[in-house]
Amino acid sequence: MGFWQRLLQLDRKWIFLGIAIVVIIPLIKPLGLPIKPTKPVQDLFNYIDTLGPQSDAIFLVCDFDPSLMPELMPMIQSILRHCLTKGVPVILHGGLYPAYIGIAKMAIDEVAAEFPEKKSGEDYVFLGFIPGVTAVILAIGIDIASTFKTDYYGVPIDSLPMMYGIKNYSDISLVVDISGSSSPESWLMYGQERYSVNVGLGCTAVSAPSYYAFLQSGQFVGMMGGMKGAAEYEELLARKGYPAGKRPATTGMDSQSFAHLLIILLVILGNIGYFVVRRAERKAGMERRKR
Amino acid sequence: MSISTSIWIWIAALLTLMIYSFLYKDNPFYRLAEHIFMGLSLGYTLVILWYDYIIPRIYQPLFFSPHQWSLIFPILLGMMTFGIFSKKYNWLIKYPLAFYVSAFAAIQIPVMLRSWILKQVEASFLTPDKFSSVFNSINAILIFVGLVTTLIYFYFSKKREHGFGAAATVGIVFIMVAFGAAFGYTVMARISLLIGRMQFLIQDWLGIM
Amino acid sequence: MLRRTLPQAIAFIIGFAMLIQYFIPHPISERFYNVIVQQWLIIILGFMYIFALRSFFMHHIVKIRRKKEGYWFSAMAIVALLFMLSSGLITTRGVFFDSLYNYMIAPLQATMFSLLAFFIASAAFRAFRARNFQATLLLVTAVIVMIGRVPIGDYLWKGMPDLVEWIMSVPNMAAMRGIRIGVGLGAVATAMKIILGIERSYMGGE
Repeated sequence: MGFWQRLLQLDRKWIFLGIAIVVIIPLIKPLGLPIKPTKPVQDLFNYIDTLGPQSDAIFLVCDFDPSLMPELMPMIQSILRHCLTKGVPVILHGGLYPAYIGIAKMAIDEVAAEFPEKKSGEDYVFLGFIPGVTAVILAIGIDIASTFKTDYYGVPIDSLPMMYGIKNYSDISLVVDISGSSSPESWLMYGQERYSVNVGLGCTAVSAPSYYAFLQSGQFVGMMGGMKGAAEYEELLARKGYPAGKRPATTGMDSQSFAHLLIILLVILGNIGYFVVRRAERKAGMERRKR
Repeated sequence: MSISTSIWIWIAALLTLMIYSFLYKDNPFYRLAEHIFMGLSLGYTLVILWYDYIIPRIYQPLFFSPHQWSLIFPILLGMMTFGIFSKKYNWLIKYPLAFYVSAFAAIQIPVMLRSWILKQVEASFLTPDKFSSVFNSINAILIFVGLVTTLIYFYFSKKREHGFGAAATVGIVFIMVAFGAAFGYTVMARISLLIGRMQFLIQDWLGIM
Repeated sequence: MLRRTLPQAIAFIIGFAMLIQYFIPHPISERFYNVIVQQWLIIILGFMYIFALRSFFMHHIVKIRRKKEGYWFSAMAIVALLFMLSSGLITTRGVFFDSLYNYMIAPLQATMFSLLAFFIASAAFRAFRARNFQATLLLVTAVIVMIGRVPIGDYLWKGMPDLVEWIMSVPNMAAMRGIRIGVGLGAVATAMKIILGIERSYMGGE
C-alpha cells in the first residue's frame, strides 16, 4: 500500500487531534491578526451608532440556545454594550422559545454588571418568554405591555419608566434579531411587512449566505454573520473607544484562521490522494485487462 | 495560570470533558451527560412555561380579579391537545391544530408574497441606478442572470433542451458557487463552536489565557 | 363529522377570516385580529409543549419499564428533569436555578454541538472531492470563502476579503434568491391548500 493510500485510510482520531491543536495553540499564544469589518456589519453598527438617548428603542431579540453561544453570545453582548454606552433604550427579549431565555439572562447579567449606573426598567428592559413564536412577533405590533404584561422579573410593564411612550413597533427604531434559526425571516415577514419596522440581524455562519438576498434588497439594515461578524462588531466598538468586554469573538479569530488552514490542507491532501489512487487503480486495471 | 476554584466551573468542565470523551468512542460517561442534558433542559422549559405562561396567562386571568372569562375558549381549545394521551380521544388534537395552522397560513400569505417574492424580484430588476459604474453594471447583470437561470434550473416541468437546457446549465454554476459558499460558512460555524468550548476550558477553567 | 368535517370547517373559517382581515382595515376586523393573535394563538401554542413532554416520557418510561439496555440512563434523565423542575419552583427561578442553566445545560449543549467541528473536518478530508466540474466549482468556492472570511486571508492577500464579499453578494446571492423565491411560492401555495382543506396532512396524514 502506497503513501497516498495509507493517508486516505488515516484514522480520523488524528484529524480530531490536529483540529484540537490548531484551535488550542492560538488561544494560548495569540497572534492578534487584524480584523477588517465588512459592509453588512458596518451598516448595522452605523445604524445603531447614530441613535441616542432620545431615539426610539432598540428591540434586541435573543433567538438561540446554548449550542450556538460561541457565535451569537458575543453579538448580543456587543449590541447591549453599544446601546448602554450610547444611552439608547434597549428592550431585550428572551426569545421565541423557552430554552433561549437563559441565554438572554446570562447576557444581560454580565453586561449590566459592567454598567452599574444603568438600571433595569430605566435604561433597559428584559422581557421574558411567551409562547406563540409568530404570534408574539405580531402581538408586539399591537401592544407590548398587554402582550407581555410584566418583564422577566415580574414587574408590570406599565410601571417601567423606560416603557413610557413605547407602545409597539412604531416606537421601535430597529429590531435586532440574534438568531440561530430562521426567525429573522419571521421578523421580516411579520414585523417589517406588517408593521414597517426596520430589522437587523446577527446569525450563525450557517445561515448567513442565505440572508444576503435580503441585505441586497435593503430589507435588512445590516448583518453580523458568525463569529467573524461578531469579531468585526467588537472591533468597531473598540475603534470608537466604546467598551467591548473581553472580546471573545476577536480572541477566537486566530484559532479560526488556523483551523481553516488545516481543513483546506486536509481537503487538498484528500483530493491529491484520491486522484493518485484512482490513477493507480485505473493503470492496474488496464494492465490486468492487457494480461 | 490559575485554575478556577469555583465548583460550578469544575462541574461545567467535567461535563464538557464527558461529552468530548465521545470523540474516542461511545461510552457511558458520554451517555450519562447526554441524558442529564435531556432531563435538565426539559425541566428548564417546564419551569419557564410555569412562570411565564401558566401563571400569568391561564391561572391569574381565570382565578383573580379582573377575571377574563373570554379566555376560557382558547384555553379549552388548547386543552384539547391533551387528547394525544388517549387512544380513544386523540382526534381532539385536530381542533387546536386546525385553528392555529390555518390562522398562521392565512397570516403568512400576504406578507410572504411581499417579503420573499415581490421585494426580491423588484431588487433584481435592471433599473438605471444599477448601471452607475462598469463594476456595478456587471454585478447587476450577473445577479439577474443568476436569478433567472437558478429559477430555470428548479423548473422541472419542461424538458431540458436547447436554450432552456443551456440556461439550466448556467443556473447550476451559480447554485454550485452558492453551495460552496454555504459549505465554507458551515465549516466556519462548526469551528467557532469548538473555539467557544476551548475558550471556556483554557480561560475559565484552567486560567491559562 | 366531529373527527374530520368540523376541524376542516374551522380551518377554512379561521383561515379565510384571517386572510380577508389583512385587506380590511376596519376597527372590527382589527379587534378580531388582535384577539386572535394576542389571546387565542398565544394560549393555544403554549399547550403544544405537551408534545415535548409526551415524547420524553414515552421514550424513557418505556425504556425503564422494559428494562431495555441502558435503562438507567433514562432513569437519570427523569431524575435530572425532576431536579431542575423542583429547583426552579423552590427557588422561584433563583440564582441556583440560573447556575444549573449556566453551568450544566449551557456547557452540555454547547459541547455536544462543538463535536461537529471534528466531524466536519474529517468529512472534508474523506468526502470533499473534485470529481467533476460542478464539484470542483463547489470545492474551489468553499476554499476561497474559508480562507477569505478569516483574518489570515486578509494577511495573505489584501484583496481576499473583498473577493469573498463579492462572491457572497453576487453569485451566491443570486442563487439563494432564486431558491428563496421558489420556496416562497411553494409555501404560499401550501398555505392556500391548508385554508381550502386540500392539504390535511398536518391533521394526521389524511
